[in-house]
Amino acid sequence: MELAVNQKVGSSAPQPDMNPNTKDIAAMNKVSLRDRIKSYLRTPGSFVVCLLVLIAAALTVCVLVFMIGYILVNGVPYLNADLFSWNYTSDNCSVVPALVNTVFMTLLALLIAVPFGIFAAIYLVEYANKGNRLVKVIRITAETLTGIPSIVYGLFGMLFFVTALKWKYSLLAGACTLSIMILPVILRTTEEALMAVSDSFREGSFGLGAGKLRTVFRIVIPSAIPGILSGVILATGRIVGETAALIYTAGSVAEIPKSVFSSTRTLAVHMYQLSNEGLHINQAYATAVVLLVLVVVINLLSSALAKKISKA
Amino acid sequence: MAANENTKHINWKNFRETSMKYVFLAAACVSILAVALICVFLFANGIPAISEIGIVKFLLGRTWKPGNNLYGIFPMIIGSIYITAGAIAVGVPVGLLTAVFLAKYCPKKIYGILKTMIDLLAGIPSVVYGFFGMVVIIPFVRNVFGGKGSSILTASLLLGMMILPTIISTAEASIRAVPESYYEGSLALGATHERSVFCSMLPAAKSGIMAGIILGIGRAIGETMAVIMVAGNQARITGDILKGIRTLTANIVLEMGYATDLHREALIATGVVLFVFILIINLLFSIVKMRGERN
Repeated sequence: MELAVNQKVGSSAPQPDMNPNTKDIAAMNKVSLRDRIKSYLRTPGSFVVCLLVLIAAALTVCVLVFMIGYILVNGVPYLNADLFSWNYTSDNCSVVPALVNTVFMTLLALLIAVPFGIFAAIYLVEYANKGNRLVKVIRITAETLTGIPSIVYGLFGMLFFVTALKWKYSLLAGACTLSIMILPVILRTTEEALMAVSDSFREGSFGLGAGKLRTVFRIVIPSAIPGILSGVILATGRIVGETAALIYTAGSVAEIPKSVFSSTRTLAVHMYQLSNEGLHINQAYATAVVLLVLVVVINLLSSALAKKISKA
Repeated sequence: MAANENTKHINWKNFRETSMKYVFLAAACVSILAVALICVFLFANGIPAISEIGIVKFLLGRTWKPGNNLYGIFPMIIGSIYITAGAIAVGVPVGLLTAVFLAKYCPKKIYGILKTMIDLLAGIPSVVYGFFGMVVIIPFVRNVFGGKGSSILTASLLLGMMILPTIISTAEASIRAVPESYYEGSLALGATHERSVFCSMLPAAKSGIMAGIILGIGRAIGETMAVIMVAGNQARITGDILKGIRTLTANIVLEMGYATDLHREALIATGVVLFVFILIINLLFSIVKMRGERN
């Protein structure tokens, strides 16, 4: 460890003029603006393409900035106390019950999906042999799950959890549907995080006499925590934004749930209902702001964590 | 005595190790179970309706009037295809060029910000997109092009926006995977920066870009809430891009709330058709990806 640190410091320290000409060589590679304009005059086709590329990039940025800006500008003025009162009525369009439901729904879905996802990833990375046919099948099914649109999950949830298991429209049915939906997300990110753990950690642990199980839980998982967490947060973002899978599994009752078997409405479903009714467009803007802020914070958190592991 | 204790300990340890192995294995099989359950339940509930209506009448029937027992989903299939094609026409050029910008033009300083923004674009919920389409794009289309506003064009624009992040991130990754020597070799032969990027790097990144586009198609065809909010949802066949149309996904969500009996089963069958579409798209995706990896 000591040695590695020393090496790092050594390599990043500024090297005194070993080669005094490097500066000039680097400069030769750079093209000045005037040269570039000259070259574009010679090749107008290239100039047009360059322009198109710049326009496309600008368009992408503008779309995002305009969308977020527009919703914020129109929604923030309506973020008032009424919107955050404890009970929902059709007058105040309070988001609080929906927010509470979203939190419950997220926790419940994560509670179901995270253990399965992490355990499955442990099997794939730590236990399965390379050419194992079962592993191939698991990979293919996980990829299939990623591609299935949320409305199909919604239909399945309605047929299986709501009808076949007789759970009615309920928090539990919604959470189970969502947990299948986020399973591949958690599986894949955990898998990547586990694979990123250096083999020397495992070898060191085995060398000290630890068994496989102890190695996995005491050595591998703790070093993969940021990656796993980033996946869990990503999944949270998907749950918070989900609508189509919930309308026919969790229903749309805007009340704080009494039990896991009562019908609930998450924030995204609430937002859909509001904009669909079209009666409370200002409150819809404000709800969009709440939803947007929530999702943006969740995503930033996830990518910050992901960056942390790629650095380490 | 001590030896006995020791073997006992080892036995217990062995038992724990093997049993946990099977627990992990069981967890890994959950995704297989989930796919199997989804297939079984969708097909078991959808196929009877299809056979009752008649597969040709169901898939190619041109009228959807549940009140008159007419269940033809052809208009919805066409609707889904139109809107997906529109989204591809809008999203792919912009997304591809943006990916080129990120990989080959972008100064390092703004790269981090741009990348975060595009990740954000991917994370915004579809209801928010739909709402944005309702309050901004519908009036825009109505004022500029005429018509009611809720139309194929509106839905295409909105979906084009929504698939941007998918296309950008896969295209960028595949452009970055092309060896730098392609670019340098082209430059050394006297080609401009643009020609080097577009004529030597993009062809090499073709399969990755194609995979990204297929992923985008999958997302567009499966998108539900945003489409419902902007597409007008009339179940008809029309070639006019300023008229409304209904997609397969919209059909399910709009009518499932009150449907009963055969109508309900026909809606589930609509889901089956959508599911089969998605499976085909997934298959295409893995074929393209595998071919890319082999090269």
